[in-house]
Amino acid sequence: MKRNYYIFSNGRIKRKDNTICLENEKGKKYIPINDIEALYIFGEVDFNSKVLNFFGQNNITVHIFNYYGFYTSSIYPREHLLSGYSLVNQVKKYLDPVERIKLARETINTASYNILKNLKYYNPRRNEKLEDIILKIEKERKKIPYTNGIQDLMGTEGRIRDLYYSGFSIITMGKFKMKKRVKRPPDNPMNTLISFGNSLMYTTVLSEIYRTQLNPTISYLHEPGERRFSLSLDISEVFKPIITDRTIFKLINEGMIDQNHFTKELNFCHLNEKGRKVFMQQYEDKLNTVIKHKELERQVSYRRLIRLECYKLIKHINDIENYEGLKMWW
Amino acid sequence: MSLSDAMHATGVEVNYYFICKRKLWYFTHGITMEHNSTRVEIGKEVHKNSFKRKNKEIMIDNQICLDFIDKELIINETKLTKAMNDATRYQILYYIYYLENKGIKQVKGIVHYPKSKKREIIELDGEERQVLDKVLKFIYAIKKSNSPPSLEKKRKCKKCSYYELCFS
Repeated sequence: MKRNYYIFSNGRIKRKDNTICLENEKGKKYIPINDIEALYIFGEVDFNSKVLNFFGQNNITVHIFNYYGFYTSSIYPREHLLSGYSLVNQVKKYLDPVERIKLARETINTASYNILKNLKYYNPRRNEKLEDIILKIEKERKKIPYTNGIQDLMGTEGRIRDLYYSGFSIITMGKFKMKKRVKRPPDNPMNTLISFGNSLMYTTVLSEIYRTQLNPTISYLHEPGERRFSLSLDISEVFKPIITDRTIFKLINEGMIDQNHFTKELNFCHLNEKGRKVFMQQYEDKLNTVIKHKELERQVSYRRLIRLECYKLIKHINDIENYEGLKMWW
Repeated sequence: MSLSDAMHATGVEVNYYFICKRKLWYFTHGITMEHNSTRVEIGKEVHKNSFKRKNKEIMIDNQICLDFIDKELIINETKLTKAMNDATRYQILYYIYYLENKGIKQVKGIVHYPKSKKREIIELDGEERQVLDKVLKFIYAIKKSNSPPSLEKKRKCKKCSYYELCFS
């Protein structure tokens, strides 16, 4: 099984014979090319076209983060699994308003199911203080099938998300307070963690989409192609509660992350290198956690579940089987 | 259907027809899987490392690709195991059939199993010609169809690269 590699240090990435070499003043470090699923670059790194070509040949995506740890771009190799047939059908589903809202609704329906699952897990552990939020979300959730158009659905989604985030300080027992979700830039440590986690989720999903025939720019809930690979945002919705939010709760509740992991100068609104490393480690562990899949009758990792979600979408798009999102069964 | 239409199949498609019709549908609609299984890699290595002195991979009409041909017009094919026996046999039979239709008669085939040091000689007879006639029509129909043949869970599914796509 190939792995993700995270590079925090500075230096130069070279193609050395038939493998990858990271070189800096501390020395040389070799990474076997066949072991790389995707590369995450947090440090300041030089590369040349020779190494980019090599990544391209081996279908490796490279995700780049800036000095503050914000995701900025991906080097996405030439598509290697093309299906014109599937692409035409993917577009067809977008163009048909009835079909589009159906998929968008299922995405939100699934995402909110997983959100509730998180809240219901923590509710008895937090003296039933989340009860009120759960009831309100359940009420909002009932409206999903009756939403008129994407805007209306987005409204419902927004309200669910606000309610959910208001439960975060209860889940983390007031250690990391957050009044309101603020992005670009986040205004407090909790928002920082969510932003960082969501951008990781986005890149992980993108890497998985790349391994399928799906086109990452055509999406259903989000408007296609606005600056980003929007299909990745759609699928991320399903997995954010399962993977990133759970990672964040664990980091805070088990005291793995605290004020020392943020840069003070900027109002604690950026994770420093130590903070990113702790987060990455937990995130990676989460992705590699395995569970038994009922239909497949085999062990699958959380990361693999993302791929399976892509497969389900392919089947839906090509009218083979209706898409039903992954609702946490464990 | 005219002969030229019927001829519109590749060796792999004939092979897949005998392995799984659903796999054939996916394959002919461009839905292919990433090949990161070690089994596939072993197969490729066996292919690469056997009969090194021969001129390999002869492409004919962009339709069929023969592993290599001997002087006496024998089509040779290398396979890792005998597991998919029928599929392999009909793949070779199809090559023979294809060449026959181009006017090249008395072609024989040999399947090599370098791993178990065995080989199998294949000749096309009348009955098999009829089977192939039918098979090519079915392949044509599957390619034209908008939906794949229905799902059937079999023992061989678990080793298939499409397993997760089918059963997720």
